[in-house]
Parts: sequence; C-alpha cells; structure tokens
Amino acid sequence: MNDFLAALADPNLPFFRYAVLTGIFASIPFGMIGTYVVVRRISYIAGAISHCILGGVGAGLYLQNALGITWFGPLHGAIAVALLASVILAMVSMHAKQREDSVIGALWSVGMAAGLIFIAKTPGYSDPMSYLFGNILLITRSDFFFVLALDVLVIGVIGYFYNTFLALCFDEEYARLRGIRTHLIYLLLLCLVAMTIVLLVRVVGIVMVIALLTLPAAIAGNFARNILQMMVLSTIFCILFIVFGLGVSYNLDLPSGPVIIIFAAVAYLAAILGMRVLGKN
Amino acid sequence: MTGETAAIAIRDLSFAYDDIQILCNVNLDIWQGDSLCIVGPNGGGKTTLIKLILGLLSPDCGRISIFGESPEEARLRVGYVPQYAKYDPQFPISVLDVVMMGRLAGTLRNRFSARDKTAVMHALDQAGLADLASRPFPAISGGQRQRTLIARALASGGDILILDEPTANIDHESEIKFLDLLRGLNERMTILMVTHEVGFASTFFKRIACVNRQVVIHPTSELTGQLIQEMYGGDLKMIRHDHRCSEEGHRHE
Repeated sequence: MNDFLAALADPNLPFFRYAVLTGIFASIPFGMIGTYVVVRRISYIAGAISHCILGGVGAGLYLQNALGITWFGPLHGAIAVALLASVILAMVSMHAKQREDSVIGALWSVGMAAGLIFIAKTPGYSDPMSYLFGNILLITRSDFFFVLALDVLVIGVIGYFYNTFLALCFDEEYARLRGIRTHLIYLLLLCLVAMTIVLLVRVVGIVMVIALLTLPAAIAGNFARNILQMMVLSTIFCILFIVFGLGVSYNLDLPSGPVIIIFAAVAYLAAILGMRVLGKN
Repeated sequence: MTGETAAIAIRDLSFAYDDIQILCNVNLDIWQGDSLCIVGPNGGGKTTLIKLILGLLSPDCGRISIFGESPEEARLRVGYVPQYAKYDPQFPISVLDVVMMGRLAGTLRNRFSARDKTAVMHALDQAGLADLASRPFPAISGGQRQRTLIARALASGGDILILDEPTANIDHESEIKFLDLLRGLNERMTILMVTHEVGFASTFFKRIACVNRQVVIHPTSELTGQLIQEMYGGDLKMIRHDHRCSEEGHRHE
C-alpha cells in the first residue's frame, strides 16, 4: 500500500496519477449508466455495442492510415458505429422484439470481424488486444478531459430525465400509457450507453467496459432501495475496484485491467453469497 | 340514452395476431358512468380488447374512439391497472415511487409538483397503503403489490378506469373492500374490469361483456348459469357467493 501511495506522489510517474484520477471520474458514468444497464437488463446490448466499436475503430484507423483521410480517426469511427448500433437495436426492440438476441449476436460478431479485417489491411502495426483490454496506464491528459466531459453529459441527461428513465425501466407499457414516447426515450438511453462505452473503451478497453458497467451495479442492486442509491453505491464500488486493482497490479506487476475485473467479479460473488447466507432474497 | 355520452365507442373492430383472428367485427358502446365486467374464456380476446382500447395495439380494421378522440390522444384520461405478475422482483423502487408514476404526463422532464404528491398520498390512502409508502415494492405481499398498482391508476385520475384481473391475488375480504372502492369511483369514472370469476363481480357491475371473438353485452340481471355456460362453452361448476347459511348449515330438498 505504501508503494502505491509513493507511486501516486512520485513526480516521475504522472501516468499513474492520471490512471487513478481518470478511474475515479470514469466510475461516475460506470455507476450511473451501469445501474440502468442492470435494471433494464440490457447488458447483452451493451456488450454488442462495445464489441461493435472495434469495427468503428478499425475503419477509423484504415481511413486515416491507408486512405490518408486525416480528419477521420478511430474515435470518430467508434462514435459513428456505436450510435448506429444503438439505432439498430432500438428499432429491433420496437419492430422485431422476438429476434432481438439474434441481432445482438450478429452485431457483436460482425463488428469485431470488420474491425479485425480493417486493422489487418491498415499499414503499420496496431495490436487489437490493446482495444480489447485497454491500458489504463497509457491514459493521457486529453483522455482525462474526455472523461470529465462524459461525467457532465451523463449527470446532466440523467438529472433531467430521471423520472422518465425510471418509468421506462420499471414498466415500459405503463410509461407509454402516461404519454411518454418510450421508443424515443429508449433510444436516448441506448445512445447514452453507447457514448459512455465509446469514451470508456479508450480508457479501459472493450471487455472491461462491460465488467465495470454491470458488476458494480449488480452488487449495488442487492443493497439499494431506489435507483439513485443504486447509482451512488455502484459508483463507490467502481472507484474501490479501480483504485484497489491498480494498487495491487502495480505492486505485483500484473496487467491492471484484468486485475480490476477479477476484483469486481470476486466482490460480486461475495455479495451474492453474503446475501444468501444472511437469508435475504 | 338520456343525456349520456359515449365514453368509448367501438365500430366494426377486428384484430388478428398473425393469422389467428382474435376479435371479429366487434361493436360496443360504453357510456359515461357505465361499469362493465369483461369475462370470457382464456384466449377469447379479453386482454386484446383492453389493449386495443388503451391504444397499445392497433386494430386491423374498424375504429375505437374515446370521448371522440383516438386511444393514443385520450391516453391521459384513462387509468390502467395491469396484471401484476410481470415485475422484476429485484427492481429497487419504493411503493411511493411506483404510485408516483401515475402522475407522469409526457415525454420529457416529469418533475412532480406538490399537487402530484397530494394526489398520490390520497390514492395511497384510498388503497389502504398509507403505512407502506416507503416500503420496497418487491418486498411487500402479492395482494399489497396489486393494491399499489390500483393506487397508481387512482393517482392518475382521468375519466375511465380499466383493470385487468385486479383481484387475482386479493383475499375475499380485501376484494369486498375493493369493490366498495370501485363503487365510489364509479360515481365519477367509467369502469371496465376483466375478471375470471363472474359470480361475485356481478354484485357490482351494471353490465357484463362476454368476449369470445365476438363481444356480447348482457345486463347483470340476466346472469344465469345457462348464460355462463354459453360464455365458457362447456361444463363448469358454479359457486354462489351471495347466499348465507344458517348455523346448522343448509339442507337440500
């Protein structure tokens, strides 16, 4: 633990401070959006969006490096693909609900396949693994500001639509009867999920985004009495996993992302078992 | 029709799921202040009829108007109590917050005013839930959950109340209270209720609609074993709820 604190204070290790700070601020969208992902049961949809992003990243790299279109980079590709995937998934849930899981599977695999083909055809070397698991220690100052901007966006939109999102997640049919245009609000929620995933994939990678969207919120769901409490609790859990995971990975010289995921998963298991033993649920 | 206006008018309505005809050429007028009990066999189209009236489904042909408007336009004038079974038992939400949803009224912000809160407290009171307001919705009993959904519909106000088997999880005593509550509400609201048990309900409703591809209306007074048998199309046993026995029990001749 002392090593960890020393590393935080070490002026020669600015990347470490960025990693911890970014992790803490990324926990806010993880906790808030993750709460909706868990209660609305759309973690597979979040999974499809995040894996699709590899297609957008690959297309961005290809356009930039192979075709010389400099203004279009991996981030633009990722945003375009993530929003496109949200629109497709919202339309499917509207018009062909019974085929939803097939479409999720298709988007998931086609996005990744397209990404790998693009990356293979892009001159120079880029390692797809770095997009899958990310590297929180490579975070730059600009990544940190992207995460701050995402915090403002997520808190602003959820603050405004809190009751509307609650109605959508709890009882969509009833929300519709109270005059809420549920398809539009669902699309808004999916786009918010997509933006969160895009910006956080830069930070922690595709696989870890899903772990940190679902596990802290799933744990918090065992204790929370309402959605707001669940958001606050899952943000706190997420901060703990990231900070603790970073500390341990630094001390034991292990890759940080996977250590954070394992911590979150162990905590989830402990929470479920704990609730069983205590006889709740 | 002395001074009565049609709350719900259904003309030549047909609806099919894929190729299966559920409702066929239905005509039905429901008057303001009416109370209609909707009965019929499973799969006969009771819930479909309700969803069409609510505008959750669109008819294949024919037309529904509610106070002269389309079901979508008239939505906020209709309170609805769904069957309770489909709720996520882990959803973190309090009884109060569920009932608050009755006060939603549009797509965007949906902040609740002091007036909304007053209406919700009154609805909780009417449904006998005032003490449970802060309890988690998943933690209360089935009957209490059902009353929460009733309170939610009451909080929304409106001129028509539509209920889909609201008494399925309620014990007999609560059901009596519940029908008393409906009787009071019927003074200012039109009431439609789907139910599976005909006998007891008939003590309250003015008319009975039998839904089985067609809709046939009977005044409650016509309700006899013969009619019920026709409605359900087969053998069934009836239990009379409305008679009392002496202490020694009753004798059969």
